[in-house]
Amino acid sequence: MKVLVTGVSGRIGRIVARRLLFEGHELIGIDRRPWPDAPKGLQMHNVDIRKRPAENVFRTDRPDAVIHMATVTHFTSRREERNRINLGGTRRIFEFSAKYGVKHVVFVGRHTYYGAAADSPLFHSEQEPPMAVSTFPELADLVAADLFAGSALWRFPKMTTCVLRSVYTLGPSRHGTLASFLRGPAVPAVLGFDPLFHFIHEEDAAKAICTALSQSLNGVFNVAGPQPVPLSKVIEVTGRRRVPIPEALMQRALGRFGLPKLPTGAITHMKYPVVIDGLLFRQATGFEHDYDEVQTMEAFRWA
Amino acid sequence: MPFIDPEVAAQIERLELPFNQYGLDPYGVDKDYLRGFFSFLSFFYRKWLTVDAYGIENVPNQGRTMVVGNHSGGIALDGGMIIASLMLDKDPPRLAQGMAEIFLNSTPFVSTVLSRVGQFTGLPEHAVRLLEDDRLLMVFPEGARGTEKLYPQRNSLVRFGTGFIRLALQTGTPIVPTAFIGGGEAIPTIANLYRIGKLVGAPYVPVTPWLAPLPRPTNCQIYYGEPMVFEGDGSEEDDVITSYVEQVKSRIGQLIEFGVENRQRRDFSRPIPDGADAVSGIPNEAGDR
Repeated sequence: MKVLVTGVSGRIGRIVARRLLFEGHELIGIDRRPWPDAPKGLQMHNVDIRKRPAENVFRTDRPDAVIHMATVTHFTSRREERNRINLGGTRRIFEFSAKYGVKHVVFVGRHTYYGAAADSPLFHSEQEPPMAVSTFPELADLVAADLFAGSALWRFPKMTTCVLRSVYTLGPSRHGTLASFLRGPAVPAVLGFDPLFHFIHEEDAAKAICTALSQSLNGVFNVAGPQPVPLSKVIEVTGRRRVPIPEALMQRALGRFGLPKLPTGAITHMKYPVVIDGLLFRQATGFEHDYDEVQTMEAFRWA
Repeated sequence: MPFIDPEVAAQIERLELPFNQYGLDPYGVDKDYLRGFFSFLSFFYRKWLTVDAYGIENVPNQGRTMVVGNHSGGIALDGGMIIASLMLDKDPPRLAQGMAEIFLNSTPFVSTVLSRVGQFTGLPEHAVRLLEDDRLLMVFPEGARGTEKLYPQRNSLVRFGTGFIRLALQTGTPIVPTAFIGGGEAIPTIANLYRIGKLVGAPYVPVTPWLAPLPRPTNCQIYYGEPMVFEGDGSEEDDVITSYVEQVKSRIGQLIEFGVENRQRRDFSRPIPDGADAVSGIPNEAGDR
């Protein structure tokens, strides 16, 4: 199968690419960022997914399947840029895919779609609405991209569309939203709160994406890893120091004293858990994670 | 944790929950927190209030179970003591998981402790998930209406919500009717302050003759009746559901009546009456306001 991966230079993208090559697929990569030691066999295009050169890749190479993972978070991009990449880029990818005869598209989204609040349940299922829009406005572009990708299920019935909502990834690459939060020696915590954090080893995340591709899944699926772990435990096991800060002072403390800079909405994610139910995906694909929660944290710590 | 009761620690080791190597279950229930929490409850259960549980063998040893009780006493003292009795006096012990008020989950520290000891926010999603996971759910269908009861109404029942019956039918869960006696004596509420409650984020703040809603040493009793099983799938008409709710309510009323009589006679040796003719004379008027 000829597979096009957007965001291929990202940490998960690279693992996905190596897996697909190993499985014998023909591989095309799109990313604005270079991948200097990209594996042989990868046909790399350093173009922007929203621009005409990206469409040229679709037109000339005619991929059978697309894995779209070129989305960004508040850790890497400013708001307007995020909106253009996440929503505008996702729109283009689906339009190009439909226009140039792609049979299967996998959109890699995030579990933070569900949002965190005092009255939100543990273990969200796929049919729940995106509460993140109200609790964490900075995630609005990712939520919109997720819903837009889901709309391909009825807009483009000729191709199969799979929307994955994956928990945080963690692992030796030390990249990703949770890894950025845990980067420094001191990790902020809201005094008196200790939410569960749900994460998956980056190898398992890549495996889940490849599984969705190989089984041509159609629909929206949560990708959960091993059981969630309280933030205090994550901090302890990854060898960090927990800095409890009263909620009233949190906004002023973030970005100073060696603490990460986070948008206001992120504070709700430090108070309440976002935990998802991955049963549907496991039942549909037989997927099982290879790394448990302890191995995943250790892999991040000792990388 | 400052003080761990060895008896409590031993009971917690016997729990049949899927703990990982850190002593955490998939919901984040934490053995360390359980030890501290139940050592604290054990002090009230054994030493301060002296609670006696009767009919605890009526609570199934495993599988999905719903313990449905009455509220008495201005704070959810009854809930804490029922949880304690199922951990300390039941053989094998079970972790009862209550449905907490949302404001508790947004209160610092309280939120953390309740999350680690399995007392989650009262959401239907949580109830269904826990029951389908064959856990023991503790439900007070009177809700906050029940904890609001003043001293004279302490052994009455107010209006029951109907959600618990639909949940039980939907998940095929047996209901263990439960009565708690003595909460009203331990925390005799003379008034409820609703405005002050609003200020601190609680529904209300109860006031006792000694002002704070702290329990005085009182002997309390818990009566567990035989499990009640209803046929259906939870999609029944309201009148069907209401009739099931009334059956549970009158069975709990009967247990309360029995318990109050025992208290007056100071004789706790009589066997718990069976539910065959559960028509209680427990006053009901406090409820429908």
